[in-house]
Amino acid sequence: MSAGYLTLGYGQVAAAAVLVAVSGALSVWLRLGFARALTIASARTAVQLLLVGLVLHWVFRLDRWPVVLALVLSMTLVAGATAVRRARRRHPGIWVASIGSVAGSAWLVTAFAVAIVVRPEPWYAAQYVIPFAGLVLGNTLTGISLALDRFDEELVRRKGEVETLLALGATSWEAAGDPIRRAVHAGLTPMINAMSVAGIVSLPGMMSGQLLAGVAPVQAVKYQVVVMFLLAAGTAFGTVAVVLLSYRRLFNRDHQFESDRITLA
Amino acid sequence: MSGASANAATWSLEADGIGRRAPGGPWLLQGASLRVAPGDRVGISGPSGAGKTLLLRALARLDPLDEGRVLWCGQEVRGDHIPEFRRRVVYLSQRAVVFEGSVEANFRQPFALAASRRQSLDAARARSWLDSLGRRADFEAKSHAHLSGGEAQIVALVRALSLDPSVLLLDEAAASLDRDTAAAAERLLVDWTTASERAIVWVSHAPVSSAGFIARSLELRDGRLEAVR
Repeated sequence: MSAGYLTLGYGQVAAAAVLVAVSGALSVWLRLGFARALTIASARTAVQLLLVGLVLHWVFRLDRWPVVLALVLSMTLVAGATAVRRARRRHPGIWVASIGSVAGSAWLVTAFAVAIVVRPEPWYAAQYVIPFAGLVLGNTLTGISLALDRFDEELVRRKGEVETLLALGATSWEAAGDPIRRAVHAGLTPMINAMSVAGIVSLPGMMSGQLLAGVAPVQAVKYQVVVMFLLAAGTAFGTVAVVLLSYRRLFNRDHQFESDRITLA
Repeated sequence: MSGASANAATWSLEADGIGRRAPGGPWLLQGASLRVAPGDRVGISGPSGAGKTLLLRALARLDPLDEGRVLWCGQEVRGDHIPEFRRRVVYLSQRAVVFEGSVEANFRQPFALAASRRQSLDAARARSWLDSLGRRADFEAKSHAHLSGGEAQIVALVRALSLDPSVLLLDEAAASLDRDTAAAAERLLVDWTTASERAIVWVSHAPVSSAGFIARSLELRDGRLEAVR
């Protein structure tokens, strides 16, 4: 079977780098001041992706489930920590809430995809598990960080309303209802927008990649739809989970809002 | 309408040695004990920072207690009984918070909560309170965005009264009112407490004697509650 795609050598990667060099030169010539940042970012892209390529090459060849699992686990930890670092505020348990929500939702969705939708042989086939996990983790991370940030923001800004509701006999669930809803919406909006415009404004990255790799368009579309659904579900689970876990740390059993637990990062 | 029975009080509110301390720091309020019964009008004065707000919030169980208990009808108030308790013992904060929407929507808001869902707003009664506070007939239609600080306090007061609580905990609740309206609010509260089995706890940095409607005075100094001779 011949490969349905044209292989790239390092020479061709270098050719693409010429284009970046030209835009850098443009910056120097017009004194626009982005040459330095562009150079660093380009170097990082090349080095980071090259390293990932090497790691993946190694993992694919080893073909052992503990290795796949370890890689996915470390990706999860980085995703959970990154979500917290992007939020402007902190509260007790925020790391556990974030990493736990990322892990819970992304693993569940990836396992579902692998076990029920794609069904590779063997189940831990790195070629399927790692890209799926990566996609789900990346999107869940975005949703979680937006939701976390928004939840604390709403509670800080609308502390007076929350406390007034409590003082009038609201349960903590009723008093936090509005901030909870807004935070979940904030987390889900990018995903919903992406699904709404998919194929109209832009071709999703994964589908573009598959087309480049020679996959038949309808097949590529099927993959993309599956992936979109997985991402939507993963983001929704993760967002709801992180908001609820945070809610439980900021409101106690006596229906009190412990607002001083929220601090600026 | 008077629900007052002959002898037995229908409720009692009691603080039993309640205290709050700064995390890992000194006590801000310590060993405060207080008993409030139907008909009471308790005034608590003290300088700024003496712990007056902390005391009222602790009484309403809005903050975690570091010592002591709050009792309602002899039962410790905790857990899932707290929302229902807070509906009976309403805390009015110094800075009135008005929800987005009209004044009337604000009056209705608490009745959407589980604790009050079986009741509904008595708009005529709310209007009569507004009349006595000198608010014109179009006040209910006003938007939250157009309320002055004093008007916001009026909204908060009438919103709380509409819930028909047993106790009102007033934290400098007249601070933003002009003299006439403040006097009208005091008369309204006196009527409200004498008409049936209700009580108020009034907190102010001004000497209690300036509020003539207070029947019992206490003083808060450095987190300690003392009787005024």
